Amino acid sequence: MKNSTKRKNIVVVGNGMVGYKFCERMVEQGHLQNFKISVFGEELYPAYDRVQLSSFFNGLTVEDLQLSASSWYQEVGIDLYLNELVVAVDTKTRTVTSQNGRTLGYDELILATGSSAFVPPIPGIERDGVFVYRTIEDLERIEQYSKKSKSAAVIGGGLLGLEAAKATLDLGLSTHVVEFAPKLMPRQLDDKGSAVLVSKIESLGIEVHTDKQTKCIQGNGAVTGLDFMDGSKIAVDMVVVSAGIRPRDELAKAVGLAVGSRGGIVVDQNMQTSKSGIYAIGESAAFEDKIYGLVKPGFDMAQAAIDHIIGAPSGFKGADMSTKLKLLGVDVASFGDALGETNGTQSIVYENGKDGVYKRINISADGKYLVGGILVGDAQDYNMLIQRMQSKIILPNSPESLIIPNAASETSGLGVMDLPEEALICSCENISKGAITSLIKKGDAQNIEDIKFCTKAGTGCGGCMPMLSDLYHETLKSLGKEVKKNICEHFDYTRQELLHLSKVNNIKTYAELLQKHGKGHGCETCRPLVGSIMASLWNDVILKQAHVQDTNDRFLANIQRGGTYSVVPRIPGGEITPEKLIVIGKVAKKYSLYTKITGGQRIDLFGAKLNELPLIWEELIEAGFESGHAYGKSLRTVKSCVGTTWCRYGVQDAVGFAIEIENRYKGLRSPHKLKSAVSGCTRECAEAQSKDFGLIATEKGWNIFVCGNGGTKPQHAVLLASDVDSATCLQYLDRFLMFYIKTAEPLQRTAPWLNKLDGGLEYLKSVVIDDALGIAAELETQMNYQVATYHCEWKDAVENEDRRKMFRHFANSDDDDNTLEFIDVRGQKIPAPW
Amino acid sequence: MKSNWYETVKVEDIPENTGVSVKLERWQVAIFNFKSMGQVFATQNLCPHKKQMVLSRGMLGDSKGEPKVACPFHKRTFSLQSGACLTDSECTIETYPVKVEKGVVYVNL
Repeated sequence: MKNSTKRKNIVVVGNGMVGYKFCERMVEQGHLQNFKISVFGEELYPAYDRVQLSSFFNGLTVEDLQLSASSWYQEVGIDLYLNELVVAVDTKTRTVTSQNGRTLGYDELILATGSSAFVPPIPGIERDGVFVYRTIEDLERIEQYSKKSKSAAVIGGGLLGLEAAKATLDLGLSTHVVEFAPKLMPRQLDDKGSAVLVSKIESLGIEVHTDKQTKCIQGNGAVTGLDFMDGSKIAVDMVVVSAGIRPRDELAKAVGLAVGSRGGIVVDQNMQTSKSGIYAIGESAAFEDKIYGLVKPGFDMAQAAIDHIIGAPSGFKGADMSTKLKLLGVDVASFGDALGETNGTQSIVYENGKDGVYKRINISADGKYLVGGILVGDAQDYNMLIQRMQSKIILPNSPESLIIPNAASETSGLGVMDLPEEALICSCENISKGAITSLIKKGDAQNIEDIKFCTKAGTGCGGCMPMLSDLYHETLKSLGKEVKKNICEHFDYTRQELLHLSKVNNIKTYAELLQKHGKGHGCETCRPLVGSIMASLWNDVILKQAHVQDTNDRFLANIQRGGTYSVVPRIPGGEITPEKLIVIGKVAKKYSLYTKITGGQRIDLFGAKLNELPLIWEELIEAGFESGHAYGKSLRTVKSCVGTTWCRYGVQDAVGFAIEIENRYKGLRSPHKLKSAVSGCTRECAEAQSKDFGLIATEKGWNIFVCGNGGTKPQHAVLLASDVDSATCLQYLDRFLMFYIKTAEPLQRTAPWLNKLDGGLEYLKSVVIDDALGIAAELETQMNYQVATYHCEWKDAVENEDRRKMFRHFANSDDDDNTLEFIDVRGQKIPAPW
Repeated sequence: MKSNWYETVKVEDIPENTGVSVKLERWQVAIFNFKSMGQVFATQNLCPHKKQMVLSRGMLGDSKGEPKVACPFHKRTFSLQSGACLTDSECTIETYPVKVEKGVVYVNL
């Protein structure tokens, strides 16, 4: 270890996917304490997902495509200079200079300059209406020009060309694809694979012209058409050139670095160029005279460079160019030795002209291993096949079963659970099966989004998502948890189906539902779930069915470490009188409770023993408090700012409305907890946009935001309606909440519910505002029933002798639990560490 | 622990399909009135995972017919018959013989 007191400077030239990955890994691996990173990007925007570029025309914004928000660089301490091309490197003084004259010194220089679109020297290429397809700015120009165009030709029938064709098709243009070679995707597909792809693409209305060399681009100023060498021609008013990429090695050449025979900066296995202290990674690097035009090898190069810089060289070992894509809605995959070029390989081909499916696998000369293949039209076997290839799993006796649909199951399937633990699931991020399953088993991943969040698996090319999903569900199954469709082994129904069954058959107890529609004796999954459904439907006293309530609902308090409970009285809108504050203080002191202000503007009293709960509540109820339902999957709080009550900026009475809303929905049981807030003006001090439903005051009324949450995966709420008056606001909220309660999955909060709702926000608006389903009146009636039948659960509990009996630690003794241990922290008691 | 039958509580004092804890000398025992199975079970009250005296407050259920209780803290489930943990193999709990005479539950420690 070097004993350096000062951080070394790393300058990264290029802020594309690979340059970004270099920065991200440096941050994640904790190297920023030893290195200071500065990044130059030539483009206007910080690094974005270029692989998903065509999604730009499907409604994704620049922000959606960005790999990290602009603020990320600042937060982690990376200096980012955008729209600033580096024009010179002085290797003697170790400095780089940008076009703006900015000069930075470096200890290590990373060239991640990427590639540019190759533009063949076709006569007329300079005409208006000729574009390349590479950056967001290119796309913006294409979109702009398309508004006055009717047709477009894409020159290049490779991977990027077909992506570009999808883009022009999405823009409503009649689209042609022109390919010089006799087939599409010549590097990935064989003739038959290409033929299937062509017929699929032509069925979308795209005209495919293979074996065509463009002679010139016709036009008078602007493009009018293409002339081909064979004499044929087509009329189009726009041309997108996507004829391959060229590494951006001009800066490297100026510096005097060695470049490869076909371009690209020559690097060794540690990504070092011919000058010390300068590295090249990604599409600008030539490793063993080969350019790797995919993200995964680029990411591996970034890691190899990092490992060398920190003195632990790992070495880049080349990369597999396997790829799976959805091109124009057609699955296309090509892996390993796709064209069967290795000596002695044998091929097995499955072709189904009716469905447009072509599959080919190539098998080693000894017949034992899979070495490559092609899938067109149906690529769902891709992940399994590539695992089989990479893990060198011996082929079954009849390897054709791997690609023939519905072949005998004992040979066809290499299920995801059959893979070895070290098998790579996400090859972009090098995430193994074991890493993912251990996350699920530890309970750190509640859903696939969590897995992506924790491991970054599935965040690169996204190709492993189907396998990730299988792995998630299969692992859960192996843990005895079912998430798909059926809620557990006792009910072959979804939550929504159970709610419907209970409602139409007027079933009011768990026992009756289990007897009529379930089997066995229930479990910790279905009992509380049905308890919640019954409460949502009938709003009866939940303790009448104590056995279906989780411990928090069973004892109407939140269990805490040590087995004591916490008590949260409702403080609607966060408004409380000094008299009531004094009562809380007195009660807390009397029962020696730890007190803390919650995030929802109320007060939590911790450390109550079971037998103390009714006593504490008796005193609280006496002072006018009600249950806060902090223990339930139900409405928690409606947070508020002071609004017009006090604030000089307020435009509506936020506190008053928050209290009205909290009192309206208090006690409402739902699939998960519900949080809300009301802000009195656009400054949004109550943070309503992070809530399941939130209101922001406007001069004219309220803006309603829905489906936001904090928690593991924060998500901003989205605007449901603007400038509505208070009555309309309540009407929309009634409908929204009841619709959510009726349709969500168990323990699904509003944000993931909306994310999975077919049709998304627009659909939700049509249901809530336009009553597209004709159920608005019914939803309102159900909510009114809930409001009318509200009761304080604690009032009921303390007044009922039978229920009070449940609140004691021992059924045969009035002794306290003497195993409870507390320690003193900052003047209050907390349970001893476990 | 010596073999000894302890008189505990009446079955009717345990709400149906739930459990209570009882103090037998210096031991805490969880007794479950698994009404839908028509059986009463007794186990240690301590969840071995985080050493908490809470199993009596757990939720009852079955896994393929095997009666079980789920700890309210982290939902580890234990067989009420064998005491085996059904969610991981790390820990087990003690289960005790039970008999019900004239509506009273006796537990043999």
